[in-house]
Amino acid sequence: MPTNTEHQQTQPVIEFQDVEKRYGNKTVLNDLSFKIERGERVTLIGPSGSGKTTVLRLVMTLEELTGGYVFIDGKPLAYEQRGGKRLPVSKRDQKQLRTRIGMVFQHFNLFPNMTVIENMIEAPVHVLGKSKAEATARAHELLAQVGLPDKADAHPSSLSGGQQQRVAIARALAMDPEILLLDEVTSALDPEVVGDVLQILRDVAATTNVTMLIVTHEMSFARDVSHRVMMLDGGKIIESDDPETIFTKPNNERTQQFLSAVLGND
Amino acid sequence: MNTLAMLTSTVAGTVDVPDIDDTTSYWRWDFAWEVLPEMLRSFFQVTLLVTVVGTLIAVVLGLALAILIRVLPRPLAWIITWIANFIRMTPIVVQLLVLFYGFVWMEPMTIALLVYGIHYSTYMSEVYRAGIDSVPTGQWEATTALSMPATRVWSRVIIPQALRSTVPSLGNYAISMFKDTPFLIAISVMEMVTTALEIGGFTYRYIETITIAGLIFLVASYLTAVLVNRLEKRLAYQH
Repeated sequence: MPTNTEHQQTQPVIEFQDVEKRYGNKTVLNDLSFKIERGERVTLIGPSGSGKTTVLRLVMTLEELTGGYVFIDGKPLAYEQRGGKRLPVSKRDQKQLRTRIGMVFQHFNLFPNMTVIENMIEAPVHVLGKSKAEATARAHELLAQVGLPDKADAHPSSLSGGQQQRVAIARALAMDPEILLLDEVTSALDPEVVGDVLQILRDVAATTNVTMLIVTHEMSFARDVSHRVMMLDGGKIIESDDPETIFTKPNNERTQQFLSAVLGND
Repeated sequence: MNTLAMLTSTVAGTVDVPDIDDTTSYWRWDFAWEVLPEMLRSFFQVTLLVTVVGTLIAVVLGLALAILIRVLPRPLAWIITWIANFIRMTPIVVQLLVLFYGFVWMEPMTIALLVYGIHYSTYMSEVYRAGIDSVPTGQWEATTALSMPATRVWSRVIIPQALRSTVPSLGNYAISMFKDTPFLIAISVMEMVTTALEIGGFTYRYIETITIAGLIFLVASYLTAVLVNRLEKRLAYQH
């Protein structure tokens, strides 16, 4: 299990403050507060409908924040308090913060009308302002890293699910994110390729200092890469601890029930 | 219109006058052959011109409408939607006549290009809208996750994917526009069918000219369909 001693005193990279998320009158997240430190890798676990994915989507600004505040590097992401009022953050400021965040989706979401390399250099060139040559060189490097050095000119449709997800990981990394959000990245994959994709993410975790917020059903992966595991249930964090504690001797009864259900009673 | 006078002299000058009295033959090849150049001339100068320019206007304006309705704030989008609905739900002949009598200083041909272009843009914007809606949510989310600017999102991700499903329908509207051009008779623009009727008026022979008009329409529509098919294949990518 990794340790996280080197990033204690700094400002949290992600902070949720009294976050509430409602769809109509259905409350998904309620009064949710937590902090994630720089370089920390945190996995969210919990039954379906517990709001794990919603947390990631709020960080990526894919969902409207209906209550509370989210801070990235101490700066408000969606809403801020000004003159005693809760007001939306300007689009400009939001965009600036968002470029520090990358996300890998369950269904890859590669652009089917572009080649692999075009998928990967689009944002580095047009968002970060890198030169095409620089972005292309970096993209080739990343493709090699995810084990697909010869697929630069392939179209996503000619790749298998596992290969597409590896490209999606490389595309997210091409933006040099401070924060990487992984949303059930292996759930749509054939069982035999899940291991490859997880191995790539293990390598990323081992070789970079990127902060990771992970939603996964792969408990052994969660255990290997996380510094901390947070158990969500009914839109609240009911337990948050290092993976060793969570997986071997959870305190909360709901956590115990959930883990014995997903791990099988071995 | 002076086109009419021009045509009268042309027809009178080229068509074999004694044959006009022949009311017994159902179909005369020599007559059909004789009027063909005149028919083709009006096809190229009016029918094809209006359709091509009208389609170009409709394709561009339709896309602009579809995007504007999507990105503008509610009240503005609503106003544009209703103007478009109004144009789509009134007959093209009425629109031609309103401009023809309401704006007498406008050239009939200008009116024709504007009306066909704008009228069909309202149909095409609906096609684009459906195409845009068919782009999966995940594609939009990926553009947000990559912080792509709106212009790149539309030009590189949404429009290319939306076009894929819209090209066949856009082609159908282009063909449909071809077949709507005879309405130009309402504003005295001599398109092909009007020409056919004019020649018939002088010669009392309608079968040949109307048949030729129909055949030219058929060939033009068929060629358009082939062209659209090619375009569709070129825009396609494996999914």
